[in-house]
Amino acid sequence: MKVSIVKYNAGNVQSVLFSLERIGISATVTDEKEVLTTSDKVIFPGVGEASSAMQYLKSKNLDELIVNLKQPVLGICLGMQLMCKYSEEGNTNCLGIFDNHIKLFKGEIKVPQIGWNTIYDLKTNLYKGIKENEYMYFVHSYYAEVSEHTIAKTNYGLEYSSSLQKNNFYAAQFHPEKSSDAGQQLLENFIRFAK
Amino acid sequence: MITKRIIPCLDIKDGRTVKGINFENIKDAGDPVELAIEYAKQGADELVFLDITATNEKRKTLSELVTRIAKHINIPFTVGGGISSIEDVSILLNSGADKISVNTSAVKNPQLIKDLANQFGSQCVVLAIDTKFEDNDWYVYLNGGRVKADLKTIDWAKEAVALGAGEILLTSMNNDGTKDGFAIDITKQISEAVNVPVIASGGAGSMEHFNDVFKNGKADAALAASVFHYKEITILQLKTYLKENSIEIRL
Repeated sequence: MKVSIVKYNAGNVQSVLFSLERIGISATVTDEKEVLTTSDKVIFPGVGEASSAMQYLKSKNLDELIVNLKQPVLGICLGMQLMCKYSEEGNTNCLGIFDNHIKLFKGEIKVPQIGWNTIYDLKTNLYKGIKENEYMYFVHSYYAEVSEHTIAKTNYGLEYSSSLQKNNFYAAQFHPEKSSDAGQQLLENFIRFAK
Repeated sequence: MITKRIIPCLDIKDGRTVKGINFENIKDAGDPVELAIEYAKQGADELVFLDITATNEKRKTLSELVTRIAKHINIPFTVGGGISSIEDVSILLNSGADKISVNTSAVKNPQLIKDLANQFGSQCVVLAIDTKFEDNDWYVYLNGGRVKADLKTIDWAKEAVALGAGEILLTSMNNDGTKDGFAIDITKQISEAVNVPVIASGGAGSMEHFNDVFKNGKADAALAASVFHYKEITILQLKTYLKENSIEIRL
């Protein structure tokens, strides 16, 4: 099994690497087209700011590459937001894999949301063996609205998409690599079942 | 619903866990990684590692330790102690830390918070404040509580959040080590004054104290060291108790 992690300017990937190691996967961190397009699975992580991340992806032609990947891709946190159509963060046009818009949390809540929150209405094999209302670890200020692509929901001031899926593209707003055993299970599911 | 977080804190010296009271009579308490794994198993929501050596020659030991921790635990952790530059932070984050905390260096150079937030994102910048109540107000203390800054805690918290701090770790020196409970009033004041999570620290002695700081202190998380180290309270026992008291908790 060849697993690659997209290398770009958004955040460190050490935790994702270690998390994969714990399930026996040795992944490669790369921005090389040849390696990414021939991987069995691709992980697109990210912590940081949307517009600078998109700018960087474009400068390396990684934007087109990611959109055209045919193998299962898992976006995490900012990675998931960048896979959507548009983000309010820096007024950024993103990859457009999912139609969702990314909006800033508002109202009587603390922003960013930092901590453990529940996920529910779980769909697809990505959540096999993970129970409804399981806790996952979130760190984010922007959210994706609920749409036809939603495969998990979370409530923080309002109900939003904590996970999306369309064809071979999967995404999670929370950090599976930091979400204890349930998060580990999700990564394992992606590696084993995602098509 | 987002949960309240329980955060055990481990003091680190020369790559080992140490226990002591007010930094005196420090005793070796084993391998931090083993203790971290144990806390994670018990249900800790996050961990904080505070390096009390924090001298330049120890930096390498610390980054190696951070890598070992990241390899073995699957919950988030923060590393603090003597961090004063973008380079320090870069090394720790690349070694696998999720967040870093700054204290004295940020008071001396507030621009550091802004630079760190711009470079790495607010979500990984925790501002630690040591605070003491005197002359009818709460003031900021530096250098591990040895030096008073001419700065009111509430003002500094607001300024730091405006600069980009993503969380505040608030330790009351009046309460620390007393086991008489957290400083409810300043925790509540800060929590209501800023729009980022506040971690209360200092004074935990019983399960009721945690209940109190969440309900009345409006804390988003509570940090403690000795009650967990000395197994006076187990994390599971504490979380079960809090859940019974209608506090949102991950169990």
